Amino acid sequence: MNFDFPDELKQLRDEARRFLTERCPTSVPRRILEGPEPYDRSLWQAMAEMGWTGAAIPEAFGGAGLGHLGVCVLAEELGHAVAPVPFASSVYLATEAILLFGSDAQKQTWLPKLAAGEAIGTLAMAERPGPVKAAALSANIAGGKLSGTKLAVPDGDVADFAVVAALSDRGPCLAIVDLAGPGVTREAVITIDPTRSHARIAFAGAPADLLAGSEGVDAVHHLLDRAAVMLAFEQVGCAQAALEMARDYARERYAFGRPIGSFQAIKHKLADIYIAVELARSNAYYGAWALHTDAAELPIAASVARISACDAGWLASKENIQTHGGMGFTWQMDCQFYYRRAKLHAMALGGTREWKRRLVAELRKSNTIALAND
Amino acid sequence: MDFEDAPEEAVFRAEARAFLEANAQRRKPGEVEGYRRGQDAPGAMDRAMAFQRKKAEAGFVGIHWPKEWGGRGGTQIQNVIYNQEEAQFDVLSGIFGIGIHLAMPTICVCGTPEQRERFVKPTMRADIVWCQLFSEPSGGSDLASLRTRAERDGDEWVINGQKIWNSGAHYSDFGILVARSDPNVPKHAGLTYFILDMKTPGVEVRPIRQLSGSAHFNEVFFTNVRIPDAMRVGPIGGGWRVALTTLMNERHGMRDSPGPDFQELLRLANQLELEDGMAIDNAAVQEKLAEFYVRSQGLKYTKYRGMTALSRGGTPGPESSIIKVVAANKLQDILSYGLDLIGMAGPTMGADMPVAGIFEEALLYSPALRIAGGTDEIMRNIIAERVLGLPQDVRVDKDVPFREIPTGSRG
Repeated sequence: MNFDFPDELKQLRDEARRFLTERCPTSVPRRILEGPEPYDRSLWQAMAEMGWTGAAIPEAFGGAGLGHLGVCVLAEELGHAVAPVPFASSVYLATEAILLFGSDAQKQTWLPKLAAGEAIGTLAMAERPGPVKAAALSANIAGGKLSGTKLAVPDGDVADFAVVAALSDRGPCLAIVDLAGPGVTREAVITIDPTRSHARIAFAGAPADLLAGSEGVDAVHHLLDRAAVMLAFEQVGCAQAALEMARDYARERYAFGRPIGSFQAIKHKLADIYIAVELARSNAYYGAWALHTDAAELPIAASVARISACDAGWLASKENIQTHGGMGFTWQMDCQFYYRRAKLHAMALGGTREWKRRLVAELRKSNTIALAND
Repeated sequence: MDFEDAPEEAVFRAEARAFLEANAQRRKPGEVEGYRRGQDAPGAMDRAMAFQRKKAEAGFVGIHWPKEWGGRGGTQIQNVIYNQEEAQFDVLSGIFGIGIHLAMPTICVCGTPEQRERFVKPTMRADIVWCQLFSEPSGGSDLASLRTRAERDGDEWVINGQKIWNSGAHYSDFGILVARSDPNVPKHAGLTYFILDMKTPGVEVRPIRQLSGSAHFNEVFFTNVRIPDAMRVGPIGGGWRVALTTLMNERHGMRDSPGPDFQELLRLANQLELEDGMAIDNAAVQEKLAEFYVRSQGLKYTKYRGMTALSRGGTPGPESSIIKVVAANKLQDILSYGLDLIGMAGPTMGADMPVAGIFEEALLYSPALRIAGGTDEIMRNIIAERVLGLPQDVRVDKDVPFREIPTGSRG
């Protein structure tokens, strides 16, 4: 049994933790929350210089070649730091789409820039409230031109390009659109988590470069599955940080003449959060294994990792506020960062209801059902 | 990152599997072990003892114990691997658990060479079966508040009092007993640990009928029971430390709860027809199935993380402390949902009910799993205090002589 990260990636995790503790204390997301900057550019630059933005990109394309396990390790630490950077959009979604479906030319064009942090990419999917139905998108692509409107595109205001989900005459597909090019208008939107900027993007005959391998509903799901595993690590990191914050407060805050952490009402609450975070971490590990080995179980593992991580993030972030009492609800306390970010993550790739349906559908396809039917 | 056995682990697994194939029946696919259901079957104890003897002779008892204890001198991971394999066979080894997992490690660590010599080998071979005499009507979770008296009389101790929740006391040969040897000091300081021959005059075992109707555990009464001082384990007044050695072993196990899990709920959903079609096609049912699957998998992979630590020669991390509480609660939630799906016909017990009636059966035994071996509440305290480092609750009975500690009217 070897169900753990290799030692060199544990070292990477320690290095990332040290770097982010120094470079991204909670004053950094607070600066983004309260100021005009959409993200921390210098932090992003520093991450690029360390090879983080190119972690999953092969060295041949200018990446660090750390593989997806490396991305998972970094994601956990970025989640822990609630880092205000476009890592999820650019790395788990845009980079991953090009790695999966890009032609050699598309890879040559984009991957070195993504690795260097010179280009930021994102994925534009949602068009209306409710689940995204890949087979019934309004955005359409014909003759190399894309039209349609995408809502709440993460980092849509700062990204250089978007991988856009649209319908072509051959069904759903993904296409790269230069967001600085013609036929694109975008406006930043205010979201529940301003430490991560979002935009509404309208495409009117924008030139679109089809990702040839991305046609079909399954291809889009495959991309989301891969992203879900990496995001699950970010969610686990965020939940862990919220738990640590609640624990530290419960040790220091006194009421009725004793630390509130000595009351079982608080102890058991924090124990329950610990349980949820550890279950989510274990499920994220399973997702990482499936991602790393390209296992047939990936859709199941990714769904499990995502559902578990969303649950843990919500529980930890809301109960962190509760543990702090009235102070937890103030602007000055950092509780809000985890609360906002946890729910943002939980919606980012579609809600858990969608993933639960998908999980059962995948289980029914797999041997699990065959075994249960015997 | 992988789930493969290391080469030497694979060799051991093959060896364990070969032993089991030769000496036990493999469970049929889909067959579920009810909680101690098998123990009531005719001849079950004799079969269990015969198997235990073969298991000991083949070196699969005390796998990770050092050779000087009489063990195999193997590793923790080998122990886990053997248990994984054994779980696929229809064998009853739980009744030897108190002797093998609790009494022997305690005696080997805290006892005398004579005690080790006398008890270890026969216990491994099921020639001696053990029970645990710890909990009392006045204290289960608060074990150190126990009141059973031990008074010195020459080379002997005289025991008076009562124990409760003693699994298997009615068929056990020996018991591990904690009693109060000094009521004039604070509660943790006045305890002493003994080995008790259950055939000693003055020991009376009365079965307790459980909520499920079975009677696997007992009350045990002591009236002027005499124990030779040679059967004392550890120093006089040092019983709490010895008891902690026992409890550490009790809570250490990465134990799952027997009974309906996700697979059984899935089987049920495949069989049941609801108002609008098969249960498995119903969106609400699917959502619940997904939630249980996620919890089940989380537990499985948490155990794998613990196994990985063992496989590398370390000890499982703090995450292993969540397993018992998650498993027992998951069981109750799943069985309750299963019964909810079955609906009006659900109360009927028996093997002709869906999935062999395990949802109904589990209803009646599952409460025990959230209590035995550390209640949910105690487990959460342990997580909060030992893992998260939260301060201890205020202890109003600390540093107070035991005789002055207030007692309530219940128990």
